[in-house]
Amino acid sequence: MDAETLKYFYYQMLRIRRVEERIAALYPEQEMRCPVHLCIGQEAVAVGVCASLNNMDYVLSNHRSHGHYLAKGGDLKAMIAELYGKATGCCRGKGGSMHLIDLGTGFLGAAPIVGSTIAIALGAALASVMRGEDRVTVAFLGDGATEEGVFHESLNFAVLKNLPIVFVCENNMYSVYSPLAVRQPDSREIFELAKGHGMESHQGDGNTVTEVYEIAERSVSKARRGDGPTFLEFRTYRWREHCGPYYDNNLGYRPESEFMEWKNRCPVDLMRNRLLAENGLSYQDFEEMEHQLEVELEEAIVYAKMSLFPESQFLMDHVYAPSNLCEDSVS
Amino acid sequence: MSRELLFHQAINEAIDLCMAKDPSVYIMGLGVPDPKGVFGSTLGLQQKYGDQRVMDMPASENAMTGVAIGSALVGMRPVITHQRIDFALLAMEQIVNQAANWHYMFGGQVRVPLVVRMIIGRGWGQGPQHAQSLQAWFAHVPGLKVVMPTTPYDAKGLLISSVEDDNPVIFLEHRWLYNIKADVTEGVYRVPIGKSRIVREGDDVTIVGTSLMTIEALRAAEMLMLESATAEVIDIRTLRPLDNALILESVRKTGRLIVADTGWKSVGFSSEVVARVAEEAFRDLKSPPIRVALPDCPVPTSPALSKHYYPRSIHILIAAREMLGLAGDGHVPESNFSVPLDVPDMSFTGPF
Repeated sequence: MDAETLKYFYYQMLRIRRVEERIAALYPEQEMRCPVHLCIGQEAVAVGVCASLNNMDYVLSNHRSHGHYLAKGGDLKAMIAELYGKATGCCRGKGGSMHLIDLGTGFLGAAPIVGSTIAIALGAALASVMRGEDRVTVAFLGDGATEEGVFHESLNFAVLKNLPIVFVCENNMYSVYSPLAVRQPDSREIFELAKGHGMESHQGDGNTVTEVYEIAERSVSKARRGDGPTFLEFRTYRWREHCGPYYDNNLGYRPESEFMEWKNRCPVDLMRNRLLAENGLSYQDFEEMEHQLEVELEEAIVYAKMSLFPESQFLMDHVYAPSNLCEDSVS
Repeated sequence: MSRELLFHQAINEAIDLCMAKDPSVYIMGLGVPDPKGVFGSTLGLQQKYGDQRVMDMPASENAMTGVAIGSALVGMRPVITHQRIDFALLAMEQIVNQAANWHYMFGGQVRVPLVVRMIIGRGWGQGPQHAQSLQAWFAHVPGLKVVMPTTPYDAKGLLISSVEDDNPVIFLEHRWLYNIKADVTEGVYRVPIGKSRIVREGDDVTIVGTSLMTIEALRAAEMLMLESATAEVIDIRTLRPLDNALILESVRKTGRLIVADTGWKSVGFSSEVVARVAEEAFRDLKSPPIRVALPDCPVPTSPALSKHYYPRSIHILIAAREMLGLAGDGHVPESNFSVPLDVPDMSFTGPF
């Protein structure tokens, strides 16, 4: 891969990292009044996968979707404003962190019911086939989602209809505080589940963005050729608490050594080191990137904070889409 | 031009017309293209529109509802069918959390033009998991529209409106209506969602009916005539959004309200209608409203128990007599007991 591509990967990961860190820093002000599920530590999966897609392609995501949204090209200002509950937010204040959307970039939506958007992604993929479109759909899911019935129902149908979809599982090994060991048998890896459904399936290092990209790119190309779905499991790690801005290793649900091991394999630092060592980037290059991000981020925060809250009469809007035939007489 | 059609033929014709008119309409459901064609309602459609637009599906009610939603988000108009409403409970997550919410929670940017057909069973021992009448579950949820046609004409017109609607519509068909034959206009026409209909005018009591219970209400009104009282019968047709205005107007005229619902009485649809009337027309009421609905127990299987489970025209008549202070001479019309009560009509010989 050329230096420009690697630099792009790095910049995208760094951007997500800095956004999430800023959210964490500002969260205690209690102005962002919605749950936030930060993806610090998992940036490489979002960036590697989304880099393999074009603007037409669809992405659906779950509760931990900031990285996916940004990597797919979602508007930063609209996202931050949404976290602040403002009328300028990407859902006009009706969604919050768990319901990001940016239709212009193919980010079709996120929802926090575990596994639920997998099936919705499948429907988007089915529609592409019905209309003879060239699109690929990606469904992001976590390890917990692979325990849901809807996951297995969806994989079965994807194989049955040979749909152009890639299932991307970010295995961060915890469902809130519950480790994989109490949820799934040791003797079987997650990616093997998909094989049981007759689906091509791969496992990769979710902290190495180039590896994520290469695997994702093959799967996306395959789907675009009409050769069907693929399941990808990327091992990665969430650094902070399941929901909220803080670290929570003090709770004792996971060993500090495990956390340190993953932290030492920080996806952003791994790429940075490679760019320094192999691609001749200088410290000044990195400083410029940091500065550029700082400006963008500051602008987004100011925009969000300055934006107005939705008016009270907006409460009852959008319960139903307008329809000539229907007059809602519900009082 | 109109001709007589059975209820299921009217449903079939509505789907056929919608599919012919709009290539984004597709239908799916377990058994949709099978030789029985969901009690006849989908017969012949796959032959006409192919297996991509008329799909059978895996026994995956939840994921397939998600598939329908996902396709609807990007412009398709799916109709998913469940041969029993009880089976659709596996899809409640997708229906309630997702379909109902997406338009609202994304600030109006996406739409879910989805129709979920569900058939309510009854009789012939369908029992606790093939014959529940769960309309109140769906009517509770903002973002869903809930439709329950009674006549073949309304079934066709409301289904066309539902397919053309940009919102998720729960379309509930009572199995006992399937063999009802009545005039249905040819071609595309629409019956508006959100509008109830006065099917019989009267002055002394308003009877609001859902689905099959509208027919029982009409029978009760007929019997009430013999006792020199007239009932105004409203076929509710849409449970959400509810046609408040029509109900209130009628109750203000008659001063009396009976709600006859196919579902359970407690926390049911009939309770909602009574509550609205109590809130908005209390002073117009001449007597306390009465709900004629299912008793608070699961659906029994044995015909011996079913006989005591389902309210019929006689129960509506008794309620009306009570309100109007009619003696009724204890007279019970013969027809209420002379036919078997576990089949919709004598042509029905089981099994479902």
